[in-house]
Order: sequence, then C-alpha cells, then structure tokens
Amino acid sequence: MAKELIRLHDLCMSYDDEMVLDHINLYINDSEFLTLLGPSGCGKTTTLRIIGGFTTPTSGDVTFDGVRINDVPPHKRQINTVFQKYALFPHLDVFENVAFGLRISKVPEKEIRTRVEEMLEVVSLKGFEKRRVDQLSGGQQQRVAIARALVNRPKVLLLDEPLGALDLRLRKDMQNELKRIQQQMGITFIYVTHDQEEALTMSDTVVVMDKGRIQQIGTPEDIYNEPKNAFVADFIGESNILDGVMHADYVVEFFNRKFKCLDKGFAPMEPVDVVIRPEDIEIVPPDKGRLQGTVTSVTFKGVRYDTIVDFKGYKWLIQTTDYHPVGEEIGIILNPDDIHIMKKSDYSGMFGDYSSYSAEYDEINDLEYEEEGEDAGHED
Amino acid sequence: MRTKNAAVPYVFWMAVFVVVPLVLIVAYAFTNFDGEFTLSNFDNIDVFLLVFGNSLYLALIATVICLLIAYPFAYFLAQEGPLFRKVAMLLIMLPMWMNFLLRTYAWMSILENNGFLNQLLGLFGLGPIRIINTDVAVVLGMVYNFLPFMILPIFSVIDKLDKRYIEAAQDLGANKRETFRRVIFPLSLPGVLSGVTMVFIPSISTFAISKLLGGGMSFLLGDLIEMQFLGSAYNPHLGSAIALLMLVLVIIATLVTNRFGNGEEGAVLI
Repeated sequence: MAKELIRLHDLCMSYDDEMVLDHINLYINDSEFLTLLGPSGCGKTTTLRIIGGFTTPTSGDVTFDGVRINDVPPHKRQINTVFQKYALFPHLDVFENVAFGLRISKVPEKEIRTRVEEMLEVVSLKGFEKRRVDQLSGGQQQRVAIARALVNRPKVLLLDEPLGALDLRLRKDMQNELKRIQQQMGITFIYVTHDQEEALTMSDTVVVMDKGRIQQIGTPEDIYNEPKNAFVADFIGESNILDGVMHADYVVEFFNRKFKCLDKGFAPMEPVDVVIRPEDIEIVPPDKGRLQGTVTSVTFKGVRYDTIVDFKGYKWLIQTTDYHPVGEEIGIILNPDDIHIMKKSDYSGMFGDYSSYSAEYDEINDLEYEEEGEDAGHED
Repeated sequence: MRTKNAAVPYVFWMAVFVVVPLVLIVAYAFTNFDGEFTLSNFDNIDVFLLVFGNSLYLALIATVICLLIAYPFAYFLAQEGPLFRKVAMLLIMLPMWMNFLLRTYAWMSILENNGFLNQLLGLFGLGPIRIINTDVAVVLGMVYNFLPFMILPIFSVIDKLDKRYIEAAQDLGANKRETFRRVIFPLSLPGVLSGVTMVFIPSISTFAISKLLGGGMSFLLGDLIEMQFLGSAYNPHLGSAIALLMLVLVIIATLVTNRFGNGEEGAVLI
C-alpha cells in the first residue's frame, strides 16, 4: 500500500566550504505525513527547497515517482509549497490568490470558481473571497496559503514552518486542521519544523536532523522511546543522559550499580549512553529506592512539577505529580523499560545534564527558537 | 512634545515657501491690475487651448518614451551584481551633477543643422536632417533630462521586491513570462506610477527645453507663463491664471494615475 514517491539519494549541499547537507538519504511514501525536525541550521529548510526545486544540490539525486528531477524547474513539478511567511500576493484578493495556479494552467473560469470555492470551504474561509490578504489575521493568511497550494491538487505539499508565526492556541488548532486536511485530501505532506511537539503530534514519520545529517528516521513513538543518540534524546522531549557500561545483554551499570534493562547486542563492557526520561522515574521513600538523592529545586509546571534531584553531584530532572520540597531526601525506582541504552556518539556528554537547570531554561529555549524561525528561511 | 517642537521649523518653511506662493497665485489669478476681483483672466484662456494641448501631448510622449526605456533598464539592472549596479547608477546620476541648462545647451549644439549629429550622418553620406527647433528635439530633451526620475523609482521597487513572491509564483506553475506578467509587473506599479508623475510634471511645465531645443517652434505652457512674468507680454494676473489651470491639470493627472495604481493591471492606461 505504501508506495515510494520521492527519494533523496546521497544528497549533498555546500555553500563555499560549508557543508549544509551531508549525504542525505531518504525516501518518502505516497500519502505520508513526513516531518523534517531539527534546530536552526540543521539543513531541513535546504532539503525542502531542494525537493521544491528552488535550490540545486551540489551532488546527489532527487527522484519523483522514479524519475530524476534535479533539473526540473519548480513550475514543472507536481509539488506545491506553503512558504514560511506565506508569501501571499499582496496585489490580489483571497479568491485570486487561491485561483493563481489554476489561471496559470488555463483551467476554465467555471471550474476555477468551483474549485476555489471548494478549497476555501476546506480551510473554513468561505465568504472571504473578496478580502485583501493584508486584512486577514495570521491564521487566516496561513489557511489561504494552504488553499492556494492545495487547489492545484499537487501530489506533494511542502510546508516550511507554516505555524511559526502563530500563537500557541492557534498553533494547536492548526495542527489538528492540517492533519485533518492531509487525511481528507490523501496527499503527501513534507513538513519542516523545529518544534518537536508539533512533529510528534502530526507526523507519520519524523526525520530528526542536525548539522546537515539525518540523525534518526522513525515513527513519533520510535523517535521518542528509542532515540538513537544523545542529540535525538535531548531534542525530543527531556532526557537524563548518563554514562554507563553494558556488562552483558540486559544488564547495564551506572552510578556503580547494575540495572536490568531491555537492550542487548552490545559488546561486553561497552561504554554506552543511558537515557532515562524524567516522567518515567518513580519517587519512593529513601530506604525503598535503588538510588538516593536530595531535591535541590522544584518548579511548578501546571500538570506536573519539574523536580531537580542531586545524585552524588549529578543532577537529574524528574517530573512528578506530587510535590517534594527542596531539601527532602528521596529514593527512586527504575524499571527495566524505563532505561534506554544508546551507542556512544559524537553527541555523548553534550546533553542530558541538569546541573545548570534553572526555571528560565524553557524560556531561553523558546527565545532561541524564535530567532531561528527568522533565519530559517535564509538557510541558503 | 519634543517631536512636535522639532517639526515647527519645517512647518514654518512650508508655510512661507509653499502655501504663501500658492495663495499669491490664486490671488493674482482672480484680480486685475487694479487689485479688483475679476474672472476676466480666464476669459481668453481658450486662445491658449492649443498650447495646453501641445504641452500635454509632448509631455505624454516624453513620459511614455521614458517608461519604455526605463522599465527594462531598471528590471535588468536589478538582476545584476552590486558592482555593476553601482557603476550603472553612477552613470545615470552623473549628468545630473551638471547644470540643467548646460546639458540642454550641449544637446543644442549636437542637434544643430550643422551640429555633431548631422556631421556624423554626413560621414555616412546621410542627412542632414532637421531636428533642432522641432517637437522631436523638445521630446528628446525632456527624455534625456528626466529619464533618471523614471529609472530610480522603478529600480528601487523592483530591487526591493520580495523574492518569495517570485518563488511562490514559480511554485504555482508560472514560467518566467507568467511570473513577470502576473506578479513582478503588478507589484512594481507603485514605482512606475511615481516615475510617471516625476517625469510628467516637469515635462508639462518646462520652458527652458522648449525654448532652447524648440526654438519657439513648439510653444509650451511653461513658455507661455514665463512670457507673462518676464517676457514682453507682462501680465502676472493672466500668468497666474494659466499657472493655476496647469496646477489643476497636474492634480487631475496625478489623481488618475493614483486611482489606477490601486487596480491590478492599470498601467495599460499610461
């Protein structure tokens, strides 16, 4: 049933001496919702632009339905794009913006009318036909952009951070809306974002990228539960990442203690990264726990507390629904399926230490992302 | 408060040098030599209708020619690299550093019956042709002098045009021609309109160009007005009346162009 539609083969892209894409290999199935996820400068937008035909790769091939399309200009591809800041034509009203592609391909006027009306209904913008695009809100502009692309019945829709400019509430609504539209129209969506939650919510397949390389490809569940390296573990949700040693299959040692786990296939005594998700850790009285530590900070986050616990100088983030005051001695229990083992990588030791954790942590993160949203369009 | 105070000198300047002269022109236009109110200055305006028509006609031709030269020039210049642009811009601006009259005198000696142009043609066994003291020479002088005012605004609009619109058009299936016709040109209209205004207005009111290159053969509004103030026909009241009518003409022309500026494909009108 899943038919391959687009394949990126050994795609490289460099500007001057800077490697922006480093041997990207990826295939995209028909009717799939695939997300390219990664931080600023990871190459996700460049990848999208190559698929759209706006950028020519330095080396490697792009095939569409088995045909090489490297040299096919954008206007001849059966692909449409929803641009980062929509790029709606300011001199045209909503109707004419949506009708643009149909007019180019000389669709009869009557059919244009019905198709545009139909599409505006899909994006819930009926009655806005005569509005100027600068009179629309961010969310409405974004839906016009989607309608403008989809009305051409492309095989693939590319979306470049389309929700970046919207506020949180609207973003959540639009996420559902996009997913609904994708399923209703049954076409392939290739979606670029830096927002991991967005990626997990909407996608069939998530491609995590960093430094021009694909770090991991998988379903949202795979990516979250079985991160391949410390970068993925840290980028997708919060993770405590520790140094450990595999003693044998299903046995890992960290903090000088052996724990049961579900991983196997490592060399004896192979050093590994151990990932423990903060929500998987169970807090118990000190005498009942495998490890004992002291609470050093607590932040209320609404549905949960972010509790930082000091284990012999190494601080963990634990997410709990119960309140444990600063200074309290606690114990923790780890079940075998709470412990995830990863091979050592270039990213080992760079992430997953909460020693410098502060309440502003999240805000700082958000700020970085906003700036990134600005530059992401200029990655080329 | 501070910004308000800072604007005072400018408001003062405008009042003294813009509003007062305008009021004076209106006052002169509706009075006679004895200072009494009269409409008689407008009585014989129909005598000058031919001059009005001629001015309008030549200014329109000059504007159209400027547009036809400037648009492609500005369009292709906007695609060039920074060095090329700088040099090109310098070459466009260079003549403007010279005195306007001097430039026009230079054209006079080029176009004269035994001037540079006819000598050049003579080398090839052609000509001589009579250009000086014709409408052709006047239009040429207008185009030469006012062309930069057409190029600059069009160039700056095209140059600042967001590349994403072009990409969006390509994305939706438009080839180069379609992209130009449906996106680039309509979006560059504001530049075209301000260029048209900036060429049309000085063209319709010029008197030096027609005097020097037209040699009295093409008598324009500017010449007519000048004659009422400085010339033999000394009559500032009539001159003011004509100037006022020209002002109205220019305002109407500007309104018309602006009106079509809001439409999509209105430039056809120009």
